[in-house]
Amino acid sequence: MYTQALSIPDGSGQKFAVAQPATEQEKAFQARIDDDGRIEPQDWMPDAYRKTLVRQISQHAHSEVVGMLPEGNWISRAPSLKRKAILIAKVQDEGGHGLYLYSAAETLGASRGDLVDALHAGKAKYSSIFNYPTLNWADVGVIGWLVDGAAIMNQIPLCRCSYGPYARAMIRVCKEESFHQRQGYEALLVMMRGTEKQREMVQNAVDRWWWKCLAMFGPADNDSPHSAQATQWGIKRISNDDLRQKFVDATVPQAKVLGVTLPDPDLKWNEERQHYDFGQIDWDEFWSTVEGNGPCNKERLATRVKAHNDGQWVREAALAHARKQQERAIKEAA
Amino acid sequence: MNKPALKDWPLWEVFIRSKQGLDHKHCGSLHAADPAQALHMARDVYTRRQEGVSIWVVPSAAITASNPDDKGELFDPAADKIYRHPTFYEIPEEVGHM
Repeated sequence: MYTQALSIPDGSGQKFAVAQPATEQEKAFQARIDDDGRIEPQDWMPDAYRKTLVRQISQHAHSEVVGMLPEGNWISRAPSLKRKAILIAKVQDEGGHGLYLYSAAETLGASRGDLVDALHAGKAKYSSIFNYPTLNWADVGVIGWLVDGAAIMNQIPLCRCSYGPYARAMIRVCKEESFHQRQGYEALLVMMRGTEKQREMVQNAVDRWWWKCLAMFGPADNDSPHSAQATQWGIKRISNDDLRQKFVDATVPQAKVLGVTLPDPDLKWNEERQHYDFGQIDWDEFWSTVEGNGPCNKERLATRVKAHNDGQWVREAALAHARKQQERAIKEAA
Repeated sequence: MNKPALKDWPLWEVFIRSKQGLDHKHCGSLHAADPAQALHMARDVYTRRQEGVSIWVVPSAAITASNPDDKGELFDPAADKIYRHPTFYEIPEEVGHM
């Protein structure tokens, strides 16, 4: 799973200008990136690079963790034991992806506790796609096919990100993510071969999720102020609009095989561009959700905070047990 | 006798042997209260798809790393010792593989 418009400023009014390397250290750093080299945790890096990465990687991690909630809702209601097992495995993967990413953020000197606290205090962003409800079983299939599909499209270039630990985490995530997309598409195929009612459920879910998925790629290039700096730093390899186009081009034929229509009257093949044209995304709705006014923002955060608080005694008990073991070992050695 | 109480679970580095006969390789890190829990969590997080047959966990604080700034003096001296590689030596073709 994945976050849209990675690295949305957590506060408002942040401006990003492309900083030109001035000092010898900065020049050497930029030269290594221009040479397609990688930056590792102990290497020197500009503060702004470090901050941008901590923000982006932690938003990404939060998205993985919050992303467990919409699908987790369906584990107990999956239509068969097979689908339940698949869904549990997928949700467990998302939790693992969160961990890989928090680990990558920690290599930059961030503390996981602080990052999680920021999420729970509502100060950190996560992908707004998870602030929409999963109304029926077809939503779970559509999340796999479209949301994870968009995520893969976005995450593959991140496997070549200039920051080594982030890139390595993304390689692992992408390997696992491919099952997520395929299981979703296959679950929808099964429904499309079912009753008229089931086909309607699939179409209904596609209608509700399509535009949200297109928005996951983030604002248009000319409205994405920090993209230029992220590109110069080798964090961003492909622009939002190019990725979105790739996603549309890949998805249209898949929708055809599935037998659903994508809810966009302007969607059509452009022979000249050799790409599909598509309509306008409702950015006001997107930003409103990012700002916290989506249908499920409050519910998602409250569920997350409750899960964390409910687990507090487990974390404390594990520490108490570890301390007791240590004391016993010291006593025995004495 | 009392150790200072830890506030958070400490960090561990995880190494996995993907199959018998291969080295353990670093694959990531995680937080855990003690070694047994670290192993257990490493299994759940890093071997969900049969990625390993053996796991090592090491407290991250126990690792001593070389300083990237010393890269030159540590590793450059090996660059001009090409006679340490077999391809430095020319052997008549009729000798065959050696």
